[in-house]
Amino acid sequence: MEFGGINPVILIASLMVAAVPIMLAALGELVVEKSGVLNLGVEGMMIVGAICGFITAVQTGSPVMGFLGGAVGGAALSLVFAFLTQVLLANQVATGLALTLFGLGFASLMGQGYNGIKPPPTLSVPMGPLADIPALGPILFDHDWMVYMSIALVAVVWWVLKATRLGLIIRAVGESHEAAHALGYKVNRIRLGCIAFGGAMAGLGGAYVSLVRVPQWVDGITAGAGWIALAIVVFASWRPWRVLIGAYLFGGITVLQLNLQAAGSAIPVEYLSMSPYLITILVLVIMSSGRGRAALNAPASLGQNFHAAR
Amino acid sequence: MLRLEKRPTPSKFWLYATPVVAVLLTMIAGGILFGLLGKNPVAVIRTIFWDPLFGEFAFYLRGQLLVKAGPLILIAIGLSLGFRAGIWNIGAEGQYIMGAICGAGVALALYPTESRLVFPLAILAGALGGWAWAMIPAILKTRFNTNEILVSLMLVYVAETILAKASTGFLRNPEGAGFPGSRSFSSYTAASNPELIAGSGLHWGGVAALATGVAAYVLLSRHILGFQIKLAGQAPRAARFHGVNPERLVLLCMGLSGALAGLAGLFEVTGPAGKISIDFNVGYGFTAIIVAFLGRLNPLGIVLAGFLMALTYVGGEMAATNMGLPSAAIQVFQGMLLFFLLGVDVLTNYRIRSALMGAR
Repeated sequence: MEFGGINPVILIASLMVAAVPIMLAALGELVVEKSGVLNLGVEGMMIVGAICGFITAVQTGSPVMGFLGGAVGGAALSLVFAFLTQVLLANQVATGLALTLFGLGFASLMGQGYNGIKPPPTLSVPMGPLADIPALGPILFDHDWMVYMSIALVAVVWWVLKATRLGLIIRAVGESHEAAHALGYKVNRIRLGCIAFGGAMAGLGGAYVSLVRVPQWVDGITAGAGWIALAIVVFASWRPWRVLIGAYLFGGITVLQLNLQAAGSAIPVEYLSMSPYLITILVLVIMSSGRGRAALNAPASLGQNFHAAR
Repeated sequence: MLRLEKRPTPSKFWLYATPVVAVLLTMIAGGILFGLLGKNPVAVIRTIFWDPLFGEFAFYLRGQLLVKAGPLILIAIGLSLGFRAGIWNIGAEGQYIMGAICGAGVALALYPTESRLVFPLAILAGALGGWAWAMIPAILKTRFNTNEILVSLMLVYVAETILAKASTGFLRNPEGAGFPGSRSFSSYTAASNPELIAGSGLHWGGVAALATGVAAYVLLSRHILGFQIKLAGQAPRAARFHGVNPERLVLLCMGLSGALAGLAGLFEVTGPAGKISIDFNVGYGFTAIIVAFLGRLNPLGIVLAGFLMALTYVGGEMAATNMGLPSAAIQVFQGMLLFFLLGVDVLTNYRIRSALMGAR
């Protein structure tokens, strides 16, 4: 069963893989923004996670250690952001941009000498006969463990934000830091924790790019995925399950345009490769305008620094 | 335990001192980084900051300084107007590319006309190209309330693919034996942007940058629009009572910064770069963000900051060829500068008090 040289089963199976990096990064950023912090450095944290994960995996020979290394790398870089914005009260937009500019250079510096190396492969989880079911098998039961973990993490974040005390505190800090402070919560420390979580998730997503998606190290490997993740948070109106939908949507577009390129479509390659970015803009326009304005759901203290005067 | 105490008014002293402190701290941290890379830190810092000005090859490198500083200043001044008003155009790199493509496109369409009007026309087209590219996020923001940061950034990637298409497709040199890249502007005198004074590195882009610096200074200190820009950034509510139209401000600031970035791209492609090629853009649009902050969003400060940043480019290239310093190390160095700048800035608005001593 094929349409224009594209097999829909393979398309769906590969979009699930393509969606993992942006889903992880967007999920982390969602928690950060829920706590009232706008970290525009996702792209920088992702690419540092990508190279840290890559180096760790190559040195240890273990992809699991690689993903761990990526998460640690992303979190470490996010702590720079946390220190500047939470302790030194620097402007969040400017600091986030600095994080991206620094991260791109830093990753490129660390990656010297790692070009053209193959990382240890991340294999599919063995699901036995389940993987042989026609159509459903390749779509649902023939992926590496990160695909399943990314979905599980969406559920965990949703549950924590919705149903636990921790989630309530994070939301309180993000909606009204003055009120949360008056209740005795340490606003800046809670935000610091959220920022570190966001950094670890972005790093994890970055490591997935360099260890599974590509899989090798090249400069600028994330190619704007971090920025798309930021857009997905807006698309999702700060709701975890919608992050999943958004990530699959964008994964789908990416995979589809790559497949169209390979299938020799009549549309020139350049126009196909700019399509994910154009569609991101289109989605932002739709989500930001009209009655269903995503901004209405944005955390009220988003982007504002908090300084406890008393 | 240290704690911060908000100053009633920002400190005048630290306002001017923070960039200097940040540069010094960056030199120290950068030195440590270069040391870790196995280079002699003092020698590298001297190669970057001293040799281009007073070293053996300074007669040539000083000119290079102006070549690099021109586009940085031009773009950063445009960006600073928006940044002051809380309008974040971070897609200057895309506007730079589109300005270059539009301007070069007009000039190449008229090839081989030898009229004096070709270059002014190309300049106009370059400014319009950058302006139009910046109007996309601006209009989407005013009409649909879309985040201008994300849209302007997405458009950088779109502009890069258009550039790839231009250099391999619609602007490719028809006599170039199929190689990517447009006709060379150095052999097309009507549209080229040559060095005005031999050895100085000054071309029309540098002239435009310095003129824009003066114009922006006058705008901000003497013109009602400059007042409105500053007001909108510092007190949005007060600005609304004053009658500032926020939508008009977005269109103006984005359009202006886009046009200036487009100009920078046009001057670069007809001058130092020489032709449209797939990688003629070297990230000035992003580095200009650092320049704008280093110059404290002040036009005269930005002119100084542009030269300092140009120094890291020129000196960095020197260090790369002479000492084998990876070029990414310079990018890290520039990123660190922005970190330190934003961090040290706390001293402008806050006092550091010791909780033990300052018992009140």
